[in-house]
Amino acid sequence: MAERLSRKKIISPEKIFMGMTGFFSLSVLLISVVVVYELISASEPTFHKFGLKFLVSKEWDPVQKVYGALPFIWGTFYTSFIALLIALPVSLGIAIFLSELAPAWLRSSVGFLIELLAAIPSLIFGLWGLFVLSPILQQYIEPPLSNLSWLPFFKGYPLGLGFLNAGLLLAVMIIPTISSISRDVMYAVPSNQREGGLALGMTRWEVVSKVVVPNSRSGILGAVVLGLGRALGETMAVTMVIGNTPQFSLSLLDPGYTISSAIANQFTEAFDKLQISALIELGLILFVISVIINAFAKLLMLRMNRFSGGARI
Amino acid sequence: MKKILMIVISAMLFAASVSAASAMTLNAAGATFPYPLYSKWFYSYAKQTGTKINYAAIGSGAGIQQIESRTVDFGCSDAPLKGGDQKKNNLFMFPTVGGAVAMAYNLPGIKTGLMLLPSTIADIYLGKVTKWNDPEITRLNPRMNFPNMPIIVVHRSDGSGTTNIFTWFLGDISPEWRQRVGSGTSVNWPVGLGGKGNQGVAGTIQKTRGAFGYVELAYVLQSGMTYAALKNKSGNWVYPTLANAREAASHAKIPSDFYIKFTNAPGKNSYPIAGFTFMLIPKNLAPAKAAAVKSYVKWAYTNGDRDALSLDYVPLPARLKTRILNELNRQVR
Repeated sequence: MAERLSRKKIISPEKIFMGMTGFFSLSVLLISVVVVYELISASEPTFHKFGLKFLVSKEWDPVQKVYGALPFIWGTFYTSFIALLIALPVSLGIAIFLSELAPAWLRSSVGFLIELLAAIPSLIFGLWGLFVLSPILQQYIEPPLSNLSWLPFFKGYPLGLGFLNAGLLLAVMIIPTISSISRDVMYAVPSNQREGGLALGMTRWEVVSKVVVPNSRSGILGAVVLGLGRALGETMAVTMVIGNTPQFSLSLLDPGYTISSAIANQFTEAFDKLQISALIELGLILFVISVIINAFAKLLMLRMNRFSGGARI
Repeated sequence: MKKILMIVISAMLFAASVSAASAMTLNAAGATFPYPLYSKWFYSYAKQTGTKINYAAIGSGAGIQQIESRTVDFGCSDAPLKGGDQKKNNLFMFPTVGGAVAMAYNLPGIKTGLMLLPSTIADIYLGKVTKWNDPEITRLNPRMNFPNMPIIVVHRSDGSGTTNIFTWFLGDISPEWRQRVGSGTSVNWPVGLGGKGNQGVAGTIQKTRGAFGYVELAYVLQSGMTYAALKNKSGNWVYPTLANAREAASHAKIPSDFYIKFTNAPGKNSYPIAGFTFMLIPKNLAPAKAAAVKSYVKWAYTNGDRDALSLDYVPLPARLKTRILNELNRQVR
């Protein structure tokens, strides 16, 4: 009798626990489905009016009620691309230095500082970009760059605000993410692999480039995707330094606009129903972009693991 | 122990019932521009009468949406709603207070007092005057030494009542602006950089050499920026001051739907870029709440001018206040 009771008691909490955790996991799925449904249904008016032309039109005119997303999509990708271009080598350097080269006392203090950088609110970065970085760019960095105006990347007048400022700011913001994850991944490479390399007569550089980095490739890729995700979605800091001009330009000196800053700027004061719908469709586009990038990264990681199968020297 | 608990609970219940009996709570949402003044008014009003007003400064567009869906008791908007839209949503709209917009700039060596024709401002924002040493500018300011520097035009990137007032003004001045760009809380700017909020535009101007832009007067005065004197409709040179904006407001034409616009107003010292911010009340608001809103508006019109002036807002002309209170009593019962 006593045994049966206690058995019963053991089984039912198990089931409750399973049910609860299962429900929590499913709720994530449910929330995403509801989000997608809401985004799609609320962007119906613009989709109905402009169709796929919305994606390629450069016009954004709330007075004439004409809306196109191209400058915003372009700005989002371009600033994130600049940020990644700067942040990736720097972050890998930081990660390699911290995991392979730095003495122990430096390792922990620098590591702490980098994590601190990740904890700074983005608004602070934005204020720094507007009040400190932009005058420096306008007076010292951009004038020499604008002398290279035969390159399409350096056309235009030095404003201090624009793609270059936003890209630099985003780079500073995603360096902590990429470098601290890459460092952890490199730490996790078993030390007997390094010792094996050294025993074969490899130099330190060879151990890093042939043992440690190949071993942590998929982890680094994961770090890059996380950093890219932050760069694509970053709102406040970018809004303050990008210049908020919807235009399609290759020049780093020109002002631009991103999807998230368009929503942050215009949503609260949007009077016209079509404008609200256009802003929500921009949100949907950003959602789709992040889904595609994450799926692409997952695929790439799968392929990498299949071909390298972990550590191969 | 139990006794003490009983006493505490009954005291709390008593306090709750007392405050529920005497105090009324109103909920409102909308414009951010008047929020610093409104929060001061709400605070003083609650202290004097016990009526508490909760205000969510979520933006004019959102304020209009909230009042249209009746989730708040009144809404606030910097740009007025057209008479037809008021009727459609059964709303009564009226101005509460006003503000002026200054033309600020950052030019090394040039202080406050650059003289500008309104048509020059339109030409700058249309991208037709692009350099500081353009004859349109130097001709009027012979004693100033202008650098050969591009004018970096700055505007608001977020939708804003300030933009609405400024684009009204440009539309009054320039037929080309009216045709090519138009007026509204956000427009398709032919040239320029966008800054978020008055702070964003002010910060961009202060940190960018050669920058020129429109900023709410209070921000300009408080942050010590340099700003221009403009030629008004009567041909006089005027600075953006509260007195000059008040004079412009006193010349405003007042239609029956209170869709009031007084940019480029006549009058000797009228400053040409100024406007009101508005409040929207459902005409069929519950009687107790309607009475509370009415007595608040009356209180604010009677006692609020000093606070308004100290925070660099433009109070309404007395004549207009009387007319609004009459209409409010007639239309909202």
